[in-house]
Amino acid sequence: MSKIKNQKSKVGEVSIDYVARLANLPLTSAEKKTFAKQLGDVLGYFSKLSEVDTAKVEPTGHITGLTNVVRGDQTAPSITQQEALSNAPRTYNVFFEVEAIFEEQS
Amino acid sequence: MIDVTTLTLKEVSTLLSKKQIKAQELNGSFLDRAHKLNKKLNSFIAITDDVAIKQAKKVDELIADNQKLNPLAGIPIAFKDLFSTKGIRTTAGSKVLENYVPVYDATSVTRLKDVSAVIIGKTNLDAWGHGSSGENSDFGPTLNPYDLTRVPGGSSSGSAVAVASGACLAATGTDTGGSIRLPAAFCNLIGLKPTYGRVSRYGIIAMASSLDSIGHLTKTVYDNALVLNVTAGVDEFDSTTSTQKFEDYTKDIEKGVQGLRIGLPKEYFEKLDPKIKDSVISAVKTLAKLGATVIDDSLPHTEYGVSTYYIIQPSEVSSNLARYDSIRFGFGREKFGPEAKRRIILGTYTLSAGYYDAYYLKAMKVRRLIRQDFEKVFKKVDVLILPTSPTLPFNLGEKVDDPLTMYLSDIFTVPINLAGVPSLNVPCGFINNLPIGMQIVGPDFSEKLLYQVGYAYEQETKWYQNKPKL
Amino acid sequence: MNYKPVIGLEVHIELSTQSKMFCRCSADYFGAKPNTHTCPVCLGLPGAMPKANKLAIEFVQKLGFALKCQPQLSSKFDRKSYFYPDLPKGFQISQFDLPFSQKGHLEIRTGDQIKKIGITRTHLEEDTGKLSHATINGKRVTLIDFNRSGVPLMEVVSEPEMQSATEAKAYSQKLQQIVRYLGISDADMEKGSMRIEPNVSLRKSGDKKLPNYKIELKNINSFRFAERAINYEIERQIQILESGKIPHQETRGWDEKNNRTVSQRSKELSYDYRYFPEPDLPSFNFDQEYFTKLQSQIPELPDQKVKRLLRNYQISEGEAILICQDKNLADFFEETVKVYKGSPKKIVNWITGELLRRLNETNQSIRDINLLPAQLAELLFMTDQNKITNATAKDVFEKMIQNGKSASELISELDLTLISQKELEKTTETVIKNNQKAVADFKNGKKESLDFLIGQTQRLTKGKANPALVRQLLLDKLES
Repeated sequence: MSKIKNQKSKVGEVSIDYVARLANLPLTSAEKKTFAKQLGDVLGYFSKLSEVDTAKVEPTGHITGLTNVVRGDQTAPSITQQEALSNAPRTYNVFFEVEAIFEEQS
Repeated sequence: MIDVTTLTLKEVSTLLSKKQIKAQELNGSFLDRAHKLNKKLNSFIAITDDVAIKQAKKVDELIADNQKLNPLAGIPIAFKDLFSTKGIRTTAGSKVLENYVPVYDATSVTRLKDVSAVIIGKTNLDAWGHGSSGENSDFGPTLNPYDLTRVPGGSSSGSAVAVASGACLAATGTDTGGSIRLPAAFCNLIGLKPTYGRVSRYGIIAMASSLDSIGHLTKTVYDNALVLNVTAGVDEFDSTTSTQKFEDYTKDIEKGVQGLRIGLPKEYFEKLDPKIKDSVISAVKTLAKLGATVIDDSLPHTEYGVSTYYIIQPSEVSSNLARYDSIRFGFGREKFGPEAKRRIILGTYTLSAGYYDAYYLKAMKVRRLIRQDFEKVFKKVDVLILPTSPTLPFNLGEKVDDPLTMYLSDIFTVPINLAGVPSLNVPCGFINNLPIGMQIVGPDFSEKLLYQVGYAYEQETKWYQNKPKL
Repeated sequence: MNYKPVIGLEVHIELSTQSKMFCRCSADYFGAKPNTHTCPVCLGLPGAMPKANKLAIEFVQKLGFALKCQPQLSSKFDRKSYFYPDLPKGFQISQFDLPFSQKGHLEIRTGDQIKKIGITRTHLEEDTGKLSHATINGKRVTLIDFNRSGVPLMEVVSEPEMQSATEAKAYSQKLQQIVRYLGISDADMEKGSMRIEPNVSLRKSGDKKLPNYKIELKNINSFRFAERAINYEIERQIQILESGKIPHQETRGWDEKNNRTVSQRSKELSYDYRYFPEPDLPSFNFDQEYFTKLQSQIPELPDQKVKRLLRNYQISEGEAILICQDKNLADFFEETVKVYKGSPKKIVNWITGELLRRLNETNQSIRDINLLPAQLAELLFMTDQNKITNATAKDVFEKMIQNGKSASELISELDLTLISQKELEKTTETVIKNNQKAVADFKNGKKESLDFLIGQTQRLTKGKANPALVRQLLLDKLES
């Protein structure tokens, strides 16, 4: 219960930066400010949920009640190479192209 | 010469099958009307003239050849711009996908194409499905045809307006927290949110995977049933579709409501515009006159619906929007609009380590309790009737700056998504010339029953004849 | 040494299903043109949805049984979220808290000891696309091929119970062997269908607690490099610990060229993957009937096979282990025994001798060559009957492997049949008659004269005489 109560101050401080990074979302500092306040309000409203006793409640699995949905191991035609690349902003030959990723450092 | 754009789908289908009109002519009229109104209403992101003309031509050939066709053959249908349409730009209402052209069709699109329905265009929406008003589109807001200063409801705003304004005869939508039912209520339409898993989600840009329900909007109940006949059913590509069999939804649609037990859950009749409450109660009384019994009831966890929903939904949204990294398609993530960004941040937060238990897991537990409320109640009644919206269609710009207020317009719709049960919005009157709707809610896979109840009420009141003055 | 290594292994194994884990694209991507095995699902296109491959699930459950794991009655897939260009959806469908198999073990041999290494879990997930690097118009870029995206991947996580690079290598090889026996993957480190990631840390001798850090090693594509990398890492960490510091917890890559591990800057300390249950895939429930059926499909595993071969045939433990390394070779052995009907020992000698030597030389396996059990049996039978010498047999064997012909075909083609004993008797008599001086020399004690007579016999028989027999016959006649 205390976790939900604390979040209001947390969201206003360091979290927005960290969360934006986790979410791979570039935010302007103006956006960060606005969101911090708005999220604080929304999360504050969620504290209602702590009123509900869920000690003996299982989380909803799939609302359909379906289980074991599988398919056999047969192949089907793929889309063409051209189709696969057709919407890419950057391609090189038959590859998708992005900024260089550097993995190692000596 | 009749103006076909004022007819119902059923009526037009009859004209076609009786060869009293050609599909090309028919679709030509609808295309003209769509173009004519779009500057004013902005319900279409794209009007697909070339595709439509080609498809309509094909239908005429089939009819001339005396082929036996589905009632939807030759019928102009619009698709909410979340539905992947092969070769036709699909934007999700967002600048991120402004130039995205899918290389495949959504299953729903395939099924409608297979019965020779005609694709008239892709409709406007709150970007990514995020919104209840139609104001969150990166391509401009859509306006309510009944009052151009007001919102048509969202997120299936364009689909609702396209049907209500007579630019097409049916339009597809998605309903994650009310996105079909709310615009249906605001635009005087029949809007179906089917049982989760009744209609395939494959190929439809996902919002919240455990909540998205695929449905459609039409002028009348019968029209609506004709479309569900085509889109319903298990899909090998969507692991969450149900194998539950179904019968022709139009069969026995005139059954009536004799002996029907209607429940009125008290929690839905508390915090709303009293005039709306009166309209819905009045509608229930009409049904009582037609033979139904009305029982007062309760769905005790209703008040937790919005918070439960606004934890689960953004969590899943943040995950479903992770693929938009402009590598294989689309523009960069900085092009997400403010509402999308807000939900991504919120959802990332609620799923993050240290908060998952308090938020997502907790919400999934409360969700089970909400579902159990419905299961309990359906042991005592056959259907529930609830208002769709706590307010009348509001003014453009009224709620845009306050997300929490906007989220609260979903209080009567989100519990249904959380429970997974089906709900049909049926118009139940006008206040200040603005449409009001009510929901007919039933247990899993009870769409047939919902149609019967809706049909009985509709035929008694014929609100659909009240067209917007455009 | 004051410190004892604490080593765990995370092994990723690509399954040899026909189709991918969540879509029907071909999973056989090796050598395919880039981006030709994709579809909306494995490309992560808007609107696409997964559908689970039943066979892949059966494969991972079978491995679970082979590793003596407890059958898991409930399981599900979860989304593991992170951003990387080779991960199209921005999350990987994997398993978090309910993997298909948990809590088993694997037995390894170190020297003449057998040690049990615990298996924490085995789970199923999808592979990512492949990145490559290039410089185009002077600019460095990264290129992506999504053929591999979505291929079924099994992850086997061991308990940190290995204490040396040798043990880690033995574990990896045993795991590879079991996986190949089950036929669920070719587990080829060079092709990338088996990838090893050791976790290495050190604790003081006598310490029971696990160290409070661990280093993850990546970019290892052979058992040899795994050993080297682990040994290098142990040394590196000892240096740090002895200087009073604690090694910085990180991921390090094996630098082949310079024989060392290097820090990889791109990984974060403990990344928040925000696991939550995959909403597009209903969960799984299994019952005992299902598991019983699955278990009945599991073939004889290496340890069992070795034990059985020792019981049924007179061969040594070393020979049994050698033959059973490759299930196909063990099968070949048993098939040959059935046809040959003679001593299995002779077959074993040929297999562990000539056959394995040739296979190792050309880096092939029994499956890659044209040799049938019946053909080996025939060859051996012919040597038994003295139709050819052992030396000839070896040559013939080489040719058999090369062109797939049978021994008898080759022997008659190349006219290699040894002459019969009767004929040989006549020949030796002729040789003795024609070389009286040599005969006399021999009788006078000159042993080398026998060799001369043997040579003469070989000349007359054009080398088609069994040398031992020639010697025997000559001696008999000379001494009579």
